[in-house]
Amino acid sequence: MGLISFLKDKFSKKEKNEKYVAGLDKSRKNFSSKLHLLTKRYSKVNEEYFEELEEILIEADVGVNLALDIVEVTRNETDQKKITDPKLINEILVDKMFVSYAQQGDSITNEIEFRENEPTVLLVVGVNGVGKTTTIAKLANRYKNQGKKVLLVAGDTFRAGATEQLSIWASRLGVDIVVGKENQDPSSVCFDGMRKAKEGKYDLVICDTAGRLQNKLNLMQELSKMKRVISKEIESAPHEVFLIIDATTGQNGVVQAKAFKECTSLTGVVITKMDGTSKGGIILAIRDELGVPVRFIGLGEKMDDLEEFDLDQYLYGLCLSQEEDE
Amino acid sequence: MAFESLSDRFQGILKKIKGQAKLTEANMEEMLKEIRVALLEADVNFKVVKEFVSAVKEKALGQQVFTKVSPGQMVVKIVHDELVDLLGADQCEISLRHKPTIIMMCGLQGSGKTTTSGKLALLFKKKMNKKVLLVAGDIYRPAAIDQLVTVGRQVDVEVLNMGDKLSPVEIAKKGVEKAKQENFDVVIIDTAGRLQIDEVLMQELVDIENAVHPDEELLLVDAMSGQDSVNVARSFNTKLHLTGMIMSKLDGDARGGSALSIKHLTGIPIKYAGVGEKLSDLEVFHPDRMADRILGMGDIVSLVESVQEEIDEKEARKAANKMMKGTFDLNDMVQQLEQFQKISMSKILKLIPGMPKISDEDQQKAQEEMKVTKAIIYSMTPEERKHPEIIKNSRKVRIAKGCGKTNYDVNKVLKKYEQMKEMMKQMKGKMGGRMPNF
Repeated sequence: MGLISFLKDKFSKKEKNEKYVAGLDKSRKNFSSKLHLLTKRYSKVNEEYFEELEEILIEADVGVNLALDIVEVTRNETDQKKITDPKLINEILVDKMFVSYAQQGDSITNEIEFRENEPTVLLVVGVNGVGKTTTIAKLANRYKNQGKKVLLVAGDTFRAGATEQLSIWASRLGVDIVVGKENQDPSSVCFDGMRKAKEGKYDLVICDTAGRLQNKLNLMQELSKMKRVISKEIESAPHEVFLIIDATTGQNGVVQAKAFKECTSLTGVVITKMDGTSKGGIILAIRDELGVPVRFIGLGEKMDDLEEFDLDQYLYGLCLSQEEDE
Repeated sequence: MAFESLSDRFQGILKKIKGQAKLTEANMEEMLKEIRVALLEADVNFKVVKEFVSAVKEKALGQQVFTKVSPGQMVVKIVHDELVDLLGADQCEISLRHKPTIIMMCGLQGSGKTTTSGKLALLFKKKMNKKVLLVAGDIYRPAAIDQLVTVGRQVDVEVLNMGDKLSPVEIAKKGVEKAKQENFDVVIIDTAGRLQIDEVLMQELVDIENAVHPDEELLLVDAMSGQDSVNVARSFNTKLHLTGMIMSKLDGDARGGSALSIKHLTGIPIKYAGVGEKLSDLEVFHPDRMADRILGMGDIVSLVESVQEEIDEKEARKAANKMMKGTFDLNDMVQQLEQFQKISMSKILKLIPGMPKISDEDQQKAQEEMKVTKAIIYSMTPEERKHPEIIKNSRKVRIAKGCGKTNYDVNKVLKKYEQMKEMMKQMKGKMGGRMPNF
């Protein structure tokens, strides 16, 4: 049984996650209809077919190198098994993408793992304008609904309106927040946050940070400092560091992930704005190059527009459902 | 840098075709492949890449290769010229013909509309002495209005804040009304970020357009955006009448290939580029610099050629030796700078990637900066000049004090040093570890 039939089997039994599928609709349609069209145009595969496969992957921002790799292994297998049916070849392609993702790095649980006797600290980092603050609100909402006591730390003291933005979310969600003054050293805000988290026996502390481009050395150092200050107060913290990546991001996403991984040891990626038409293929490249797993996926501007990342569903959404729509 | 630049990529291939006098289909094939990968890695849309590569091929085929340059350099030059061509050779600033000139900002979430609104306001106010009104039209994102109000305060420009109860269309109308009554020269309307497939919000922009008829409708494009950016720009352009785009976050290390794709596929000119977090960090867009950036190359070879004749040979040899050993330090940097001073500054700066094209005024500024750089280096101990890596914070403070500058200035010099060192490394690569003619 190929991966696709396996997935289909699984999904016909499992209740489908409606929001996930609906949110991904736009990206999925683009990608899968292309694959589908391609299948229709070719009754047998030739050189050109693989070239077009490669282009479809590249267009999804998967990146040249990974796209070339995936197509290459797909091609080897089809050559070996003498497969010429485009449909089967597409199955193998998805199969390869699945395997390539699953093999890099450890297997992961998406949900944050909570500490027993101390607050769990999550640091949220990323470049400017990717949706850090909104994602934090969504995460806070998620864990509050799971009965956790959540504290937000407004560590973005640089961007105008950032603290206000998080404060508005905090009051909408009914969670506590620690704020600093404009242009205060973000590390000292974190320090206050950790203190309060310990005293108030919070389950989860989420620290916002200002957006920074990864080539700004001093700003990256500021981030390392925040991390150090946090671990001075709570030794094992931060327990999680999430990099937020915008689904529209191109190849620079890998560079971003690399730089942020170096200075904060990332534990996961959250990909935002997946309700648009971008396919977010860069997460595959990030996983491929750095092994950092995707944990959550943002699908809109409302506070419950956040879902666990599910590779099955992601690839399923990207590649398969079109056939069911027929 | 995560990706090799195009010139790096060519190194290996060039060895193979050395000595061939003509560019032929056969000897160009690999190069074209490399160009394709380089452009794709720079996020140029794959359709544009396809067209582009075949255009380059056509131009390059049959070209005579001059003895002075390698076939690879020829191709790089052709690629570069084509890129500049595609990006549009002219700079195009916003002209403030009408009073008030109405500017509407639009784009995806997080593309930098609010910050750029502030930057534009500052530009018009400071450089052109205009009276500018910012209009807070993002009623959706929490605290978006606060952000614009703060930005307005920072650049000392009035912000029309109608709260989040009125519709953006009403707010835009009120803004223009106010501008007319109170004699403003420019009105900049900030709008909420939106997906191009969000029908309701896109219609809202159309309604604003119909209500106030903006002179300029500017689309913000993130320099980091990938293949999908053309679809975004196209959709915005079908619904609206875009007059230009602004690339934000160009101070990052993304290659920004989407600029090329969008310009090529929609014809919308790129007017400005955001190059930093400060509100003064907005520049007029330079197509030639962008071409260099996409290719990831500076014309270091011609730099070497033109400098070669004019610098002191003995000093050069010493520097060259150091360079080869990879021990380029701050002492060498001072020497290099002094040598550079001897020959025309503009000539050199033009050749270094990422350096601005310069006017006489700028040239003077550059000379000033060089003086400062030297002063800072001279207030370091010999040990520090030899091993710049030991300079940590307390040393920086001392150095800054010694020359009456700030830590920031010291950092700037150290950064420049790192860049030069990097450049030296590249030069070394170029020459294949062997110094020609020195």
